[in-house]
Amino acid sequence: MSTAADNDAHAAAQARSGRMTWGLIGTLALATGSLAVFAALVGAYPVSVSEAFAVLWRWLTGTLAGGATETVLLEVRVPRITAALLVGAALAGAGAVYQGLFRNPLVSPDILGVSTGAGLGAVLGIFLSLPILAIQGFAFIGGMVTVAIVYAIAVTVRGREPTLVLVLAGVVVGSLAGAMISLIKVLADPYDQLPAITFWLLGSLASTRAGDVWSVLPAVLVGLVPLILLRHRITVLSLGDDEARTLGVEAGRLRALVVAAATLMTASVVAISGVIGWVGLVMPHIARMLVGPNFDRLLPASMLLGAAYLLAVDTLARTMAQVETPLGILTAIVGAPFFLWLLARGRHGWN
Amino acid sequence: MHLQAKDLAIGYPGHTVGTDIALNVGAGEVLCLLGPNGSGKTTLFRTLLGLLKALGGQVCYDGTPLAQLSRRELARRVAYVPQAHGATFPFLVHDVVLMGRTAHRGPFAAPGAADRAAAEAALVTLGITDLAGRDYTRISGGQRQLVLVARALAQQAPLVVMDEPTASLDFGNQVSVLAQVRRLAAAGLGVVLSTHDPDHAFAVASSVMLLDDGHVVGEGTPQQVLTPDLLRRVYGVGVEIAELGGGQTVCAPDYAARGNGGVT
Repeated sequence: MSTAADNDAHAAAQARSGRMTWGLIGTLALATGSLAVFAALVGAYPVSVSEAFAVLWRWLTGTLAGGATETVLLEVRVPRITAALLVGAALAGAGAVYQGLFRNPLVSPDILGVSTGAGLGAVLGIFLSLPILAIQGFAFIGGMVTVAIVYAIAVTVRGREPTLVLVLAGVVVGSLAGAMISLIKVLADPYDQLPAITFWLLGSLASTRAGDVWSVLPAVLVGLVPLILLRHRITVLSLGDDEARTLGVEAGRLRALVVAAATLMTASVVAISGVIGWVGLVMPHIARMLVGPNFDRLLPASMLLGAAYLLAVDTLARTMAQVETPLGILTAIVGAPFFLWLLARGRHGWN
Repeated sequence: MHLQAKDLAIGYPGHTVGTDIALNVGAGEVLCLLGPNGSGKTTLFRTLLGLLKALGGQVCYDGTPLAQLSRRELARRVAYVPQAHGATFPFLVHDVVLMGRTAHRGPFAAPGAADRAAAEAALVTLGITDLAGRDYTRISGGQRQLVLVARALAQQAPLVVMDEPTASLDFGNQVSVLAQVRRLAAAGLGVVLSTHDPDHAFAVASSVMLLDDGHVVGEGTPQQVLTPDLLRRVYGVGVEIAELGGGQTVCAPDYAARGNGGVT
């Protein structure tokens, strides 16, 4: 019964599900790279393209001579840019995972309380006047432990709707952690600790150094690898547990693994950036509009968009005023109206 | 291919829905499940698909107990056609059908040429190749049902379980889905489906199981089971069964009797 027109339509579908979207992802990668170069040049201490390449050349050939330009580029901007890319990519990637998993495009990586838990850990670390590295460690552990508690509750309760139980447990445990954060804020030293706490809870990359990036990169990669390997299974999981099972997927086990991987990614980056909302909610959304809901393309597209977005916002944060604007505030100011626009414009990307 | 269930007790932990259920489905056979809402059809399906543990008895596929099969092994033996649903995400129809191939490759593998060929063949069989490039969320309910049937075909399982495949479809789409069921059986697949319309059982079933409150109250060919007596007992509706010229059997309810509360 297949006619020529049918064949054309089918070929078009395969093209759309294949080459074209990968071309788009390649374009995104190029754009993100260009943005990173641009971000390295602008700031309180402008650097010209030729200077930047000269530094790059000296770095590659091991003939660094010292000087302000080298310090600004290699010790401040490059680590900060790398961190912005890493944090944005991890948050948006995790957001894409959670949205698929919970079959809800309005879900963000915070749904199971990872950010609030990390916030509690960090706030506790600041309250105890611990060194930076310990604060980051506390944040990471806080995020992981919170999600573990939420998951344990969901497994124990075993309702007929496991996803709903999981989300509700996330809300409950998250608000409990939020209450504890408030308690510590009340008890904290208002001149020394409270500003640090507030700044951390709003998110910032201002003090990021190369060491921070290296300390979280392995954990992000450990979280990312299973997501890449299982990308086609994760697509099937977004149909819901029962359907995924009848298609041959061990839904419960896969979901536990995928939640663990996405949480690891989120908790790692939140540990160095502080709490940054909206990236994990909005970027997967746009990515889905561009490349469709298949996870093998949605994951790279979300991560690239998240990386580019956070880098753009961070560059704005450090260049638009004398005082650094916290990232969490900027992502909300840009993200909220944009999300409303998406809603109003018609529900593209989901049904 | 042979699906066998015996002494089956179905339900949820602490809540038994049905007991003493036995069924056999072989290649080329169509078993049609009928019964009022809440009679246990869906629970039985979920048990047959391994989504719900049997509270008693056993389900076997080709002699192997369900409990000993992994999800992947089970998915190669039985494919499921859910009621056409509104999907959350706008997958292309082509991609939806391709997901039927999940059980045929390793957990890390991408769909290969063989998977694409099977998906395409399924689309051709159902005559919906023109839908391949459309968003699954933007086609009609009837088209979605056909897409889900295509996905089950791409799964290449010898048995297909369909949960009320004609529910919420318009008249034309009901007929086209039922015609597909006949074609699947003619091609040697075993089919288990549920429906609320006795006519559909007459049209496609080689055997019928009538469930009422979790118990099998009738079993056999459509003509044996779907009698006016039994249908009145189960549904509380008087019906007339008639044979049309072409050998087709139809079931017509007595609306007047129902309106009078059964008093004539």
